[in-house]
Amino acid sequence: MSVSRSYDIVIIGSGAGGGTVAQELAPLVRDGVRILVLEKGPRFADQEFTGRELEMADALYQDGGAFLTRDGTMTLAFASAYGGSTVVYTGTSLTAPERVIRAWAIPGLGHADLKRRSAKYAEQNNAHPLDDPLINDNNRLFVEGGRKAGYLVEQFPVNVKGCRGSSLCNLGCPNQAKQGTNRVQLPRAERAGVEVATRAEVLRIEPDRTLTVRVSQKAAGTKGAPSEWAPGDYQVRARIVVAAAGAIGTPALLLRSPLPAPRSLGHGFTCHPALILVAEHPHAITNDVGHPKSYFVDHAESERFVLETCMYFPFVTAKSLTGFGAAHSAIMHAFPRLQMILILACDHASPDNRIAVSRAGSPVVHYRFTPETTDGLVRGTRAAARIFFAAGARRVHAPADPPLLEAADAGRLEERITAHHFRPGMLAVSAAHLMGGCGMGRSAADSVTDAWGRVHGLPWLRVADASLFPDSLEINPYLTIMGLADRVAEGIRRDARDLLGGEPR
Amino acid sequence: MTPSVFRAVATCVVPEAGRLDAAQWDEMTAIVARAIAARPRGMQRQLALFFTLLEWLPLLRYGRRLSQLDAVRRARVLHLLQRAPMLLLRRGFWGVRTLMLMGYYGRSAAAAEIGYRADARGWEARR
Repeated sequence: MSVSRSYDIVIIGSGAGGGTVAQELAPLVRDGVRILVLEKGPRFADQEFTGRELEMADALYQDGGAFLTRDGTMTLAFASAYGGSTVVYTGTSLTAPERVIRAWAIPGLGHADLKRRSAKYAEQNNAHPLDDPLINDNNRLFVEGGRKAGYLVEQFPVNVKGCRGSSLCNLGCPNQAKQGTNRVQLPRAERAGVEVATRAEVLRIEPDRTLTVRVSQKAAGTKGAPSEWAPGDYQVRARIVVAAAGAIGTPALLLRSPLPAPRSLGHGFTCHPALILVAEHPHAITNDVGHPKSYFVDHAESERFVLETCMYFPFVTAKSLTGFGAAHSAIMHAFPRLQMILILACDHASPDNRIAVSRAGSPVVHYRFTPETTDGLVRGTRAAARIFFAAGARRVHAPADPPLLEAADAGRLEERITAHHFRPGMLAVSAAHLMGGCGMGRSAADSVTDAWGRVHGLPWLRVADASLFPDSLEINPYLTIMGLADRVAEGIRRDARDLLGGEPR
Repeated sequence: MTPSVFRAVATCVVPEAGRLDAAQWDEMTAIVARAIAARPRGMQRQLALFFTLLEWLPLLRYGRRLSQLDAVRRARVLHLLQRAPMLLLRRGFWGVRTLMLMGYYGRSAAAAEIGYRADARGWEARR
């Protein structure tokens, strides 16, 4: 038997989108509005962030970070936790490029507005470029090599406070330095009276605005606090529902709900497919200490790729290298001498790439690499190899045959690194910038929501996460998600009188 | 998956795995077993099927099962699968390879062995 509860506003998800909406709507609590955040993942205590790779990946990420696309050729990384994926990102804080927002061509969404809102969250989250003494060799070599190779290298503002340089951002900051929604927006919302229930998965939304929610028990020996609610099934009634469960969670939830959804629901999925490339230097460098991601090269517009500094953990590094056996082991044993670069392809919405649900209601991600996306990865790999060699690397490990490129190969990268070696199933492609599925647009004929995240035909249902993006953003997305969520919250405040009129049910 | 097939694949993917003592080997197999158990039933069945295929496929070319081949021939078989024209085979190999790498490099002893030294104290731990 399920328990019934009623709220005025229910926010599903607590990441960059849900956390922002919760904070921005929190002042309504003073007026008697009851607001609830439902988060599928648990709330972690500070001391639970140990930095141990498999332990933290299992605790924080969906499927331990290995959620597979339908054809099994790419893994998608997204977190399930109080704070959503803001717990596991590196905090890189960029504003959406004007050309991208112009190309989105969404009536009512202007770049200036998004820029202003993004700036508000960049300031709130303390986004700033790190001081030089905190930059490690892995990042410094990227700057030196990039400039020598003729690339414009830019520094990321990162949203940290008191970063100690653990390099463990992607496993959850063990020093609470990263200013995700779990540190900034959600605690503010809770202090203002917003209720948060963790381990609470929304299974479906009924047309009468009732949510079927399952609260799970904390399993013995696992991390995270028990839910604030007793384990079991709930029927939660709401007047306004904000879906902010991420670009996989939100489309899947709406698809398994008996709602009159627009035709394009689930379509337009993009994800910046990414490859990790490593190179070996003749001497040890500082790589597994210091903030891992401080610089980038943006060739999205001209060549469909972005390069970023990165540093990963032993297993992720091992699976990212191609090949196996003695040659693979030799690279792994060179870990203290390894420099790493992440190559992100700027993919675009395509009819094949979409979110669906299985018969059991689980999300299924259909994704095929278009020739243009593969070309972005190939070009990005060549560019990364140029940077590695210009930085003094002795050899570069890349998708090639054989995979080790020696300095003598630097002059023939076009010949050594070709699309032939980038066939699906031949290399470890993963993605963490998951976007689309509930795209904004003009009407139900071409999109799921309007420019304020209102689902066409269902004014009480709003979307506030990266699923709103009608196409790839071509940069790290969290500030843009917050900017859009800020608009969604503003829209709700504007419509609150109509939607919340009368006594709470 | 039989222990002999597992060992044959694991030591081919990570040669150092052959030098693990019994306790370390148990740790590696436990990591892999946990990872498999966490996947959906359908995927578990696919993996079991692929391990069976891995064991018997070399019979066609070498007249012996994978676990009975020497290291050089085992590596040849895995290389063929890695580059197979059929996505299904490449994907299967990739999945098995990933599990073996997780089992080996997911151990804290392996992290230390390769010189990985990340520490929550960050810069302070290095000065």
